[in-house]
Amino acid sequence: MTNNESTPWAAIEAKPEFRELLARKKRFIVGCTVFFVIYYFALPVLNGYFPDLMKREVMGKVNIAYLFALSQFFVAWIIAFLYMRVAATWDKAAAEIIRGHH
Amino acid sequence: MNVPLMMFLGFVVATLAITFWAARRNTGASAYFAAGRSITGWQNGLAVAGDYMSAASFLGISGMICFSGYDGFMYSVGFLMAYITVLLIVAEPLRNAGKYTMADLLAYRLSPKPVRALASLSTLTVSTFYMIAQMVGAGVIIQKLINLNFAPAVVGVGILMLVYVVFGGMLATTWVQIIKALLLMAGAVLLSFLVLKHHGYSFAAFFEAVSKADYAGTADPKNLLEPGLKFGTAVAGPWGPLDLISLGLGLVLGTAGLPHILVRFYTVPDAKTARSSVIWAMVIIGLFYIMTTFFGFGAATIMEKAQIMTADGKPDTNMVAPLLARELGGETFFAFISAVAFATILAVVAGLTMSASASFAHDFYTNVLHHGKEQSPGQEIRVARMTAFVVGAVSIGIAIYLGPSVNAAFLVGLAFAVAASANLPVIVFSVFWKRFNTAGAVCGLAVGLVSSILLILLSPNGMFGKAGAIFPLENPGIVSIPMGFLAAYLGTILSKRDTNAEAKFAELTVRAHTGLGAEKATSH
Repeated sequence: MTNNESTPWAAIEAKPEFRELLARKKRFIVGCTVFFVIYYFALPVLNGYFPDLMKREVMGKVNIAYLFALSQFFVAWIIAFLYMRVAATWDKAAAEIIRGHH
Repeated sequence: MNVPLMMFLGFVVATLAITFWAARRNTGASAYFAAGRSITGWQNGLAVAGDYMSAASFLGISGMICFSGYDGFMYSVGFLMAYITVLLIVAEPLRNAGKYTMADLLAYRLSPKPVRALASLSTLTVSTFYMIAQMVGAGVIIQKLINLNFAPAVVGVGILMLVYVVFGGMLATTWVQIIKALLLMAGAVLLSFLVLKHHGYSFAAFFEAVSKADYAGTADPKNLLEPGLKFGTAVAGPWGPLDLISLGLGLVLGTAGLPHILVRFYTVPDAKTARSSVIWAMVIIGLFYIMTTFFGFGAATIMEKAQIMTADGKPDTNMVAPLLARELGGETFFAFISAVAFATILAVVAGLTMSASASFAHDFYTNVLHHGKEQSPGQEIRVARMTAFVVGAVSIGIAIYLGPSVNAAFLVGLAFAVAASANLPVIVFSVFWKRFNTAGAVCGLAVGLVSSILLILLSPNGMFGKAGAIFPLENPGIVSIPMGFLAAYLGTILSKRDTNAEAKFAELTVRAHTGLGAEKATSH
């Protein structure tokens, strides 16, 4: 660890820009997490307790259960893509905040 | 000499060459434990994917889907969704604030000795569980490939893997992972293509066949697309659905606590690269897991029951994918798939051993026993190498004891539950909760670890068998994960406030979210 005793950690942490960055991150991460937890656990809950609904065939022999499971992959990729985009703006803000402290 | 053996040996020689090359570039601890932090985003993405697409994913899930249909696919879904947790919560803070191991992050503002000692114990436990699954997979592959018995096959793999770790370190295991991930994807695409070809290149015909899968006419047709063949109440009793949810919980929260995945984020130069590597990994792993339905379902429509049973009449749950390759692509393709599967295991085992031994050497030996100072230069690496031997020997022993027919995906699912119960609560709290203190970390690690292991021992697969099981679920996550979080929480609020830890929270937060003061890449 580059142990930089002189870095004013508390001062940086107290900067309004840093607090603002943390708040933005928190909003996005908490929102995403809540959504994905609900979406993900809907699958085992529905499969476990409502199997007849999930067994309904919608495209040929392909049923709701399979399509819902498959949709999880796309949800994961979409969240990853959104995260990548928003995180790029966080990088900029973070670089601004620590400028001059390297 | 036969074709499979030659292919297999070809791979071994190629990877040994990489190891030799890496060994010459290992000049110090950062190089040995973290590949000099010089790995790029896509390379690390492939390496993470490589670590992840283990014997469990390739051999275990294919077998599970082939015998239990749709319910086996639940492993694939959980394994991928877990990366959201890694991406959103763990990867970047970990890279910014750590050095070699998970415990670095914890020791940052907590009392290092007890935290490192317990984190090291939990790392060793999770790695060993995970490794047993790989050893079982390796054993069955070698058995089929060169007609060796299970026990000597497992021992052989163990010795080979030690060579990689002991000489090559993280750089070698990373490159072995990258190459193997590419080979495995190639093999998976070809195998899926052959399954589709068998069904006249028609998805409709494929799903039609899966909906009345009869193992090539050797069993009564059943609809494998329907949920419930493994966890439904008709098969698993009233606890089945809850077991499925418990499994899902362990999978989705477990990856973010898996030591051998976490250490991968130390091999990249910065948090931004850690992030892009997770995304690369998610794309590769996701595509791979969608293909697992082709192998698993495909095998249930194409293979005869007798072909996928062991000699003593049990389902051969770990050999479905390679046997399907033989059926559709002949001996050469079988050899290729087996060699790739074997390579997979070798690489994953190397990664696991690497993280376990790094944790023991860096956390326990150097920081707990010797107060953070190396006794002599290079001693940490020497201890890591010795640990690799011990961990390897223990997993070999247990794998031989469990025997060839236990499913690798199931075993790995248990490793995930232990990781989610013991490691994840303390990682999350130490990054996001200012009040969190040493007592909380010790309680969280200890309770998470002990409760998950205890529940496994009391489960239907544990020491009292199905009939005498005290805990009705096969997967402990739904109980042990909340227990881990609760213990970490209670331990914190019931003990004295730690002003030192709270003071350091500002520093950790700034480091974690800006990358200021993070470990830099060493140039090669």
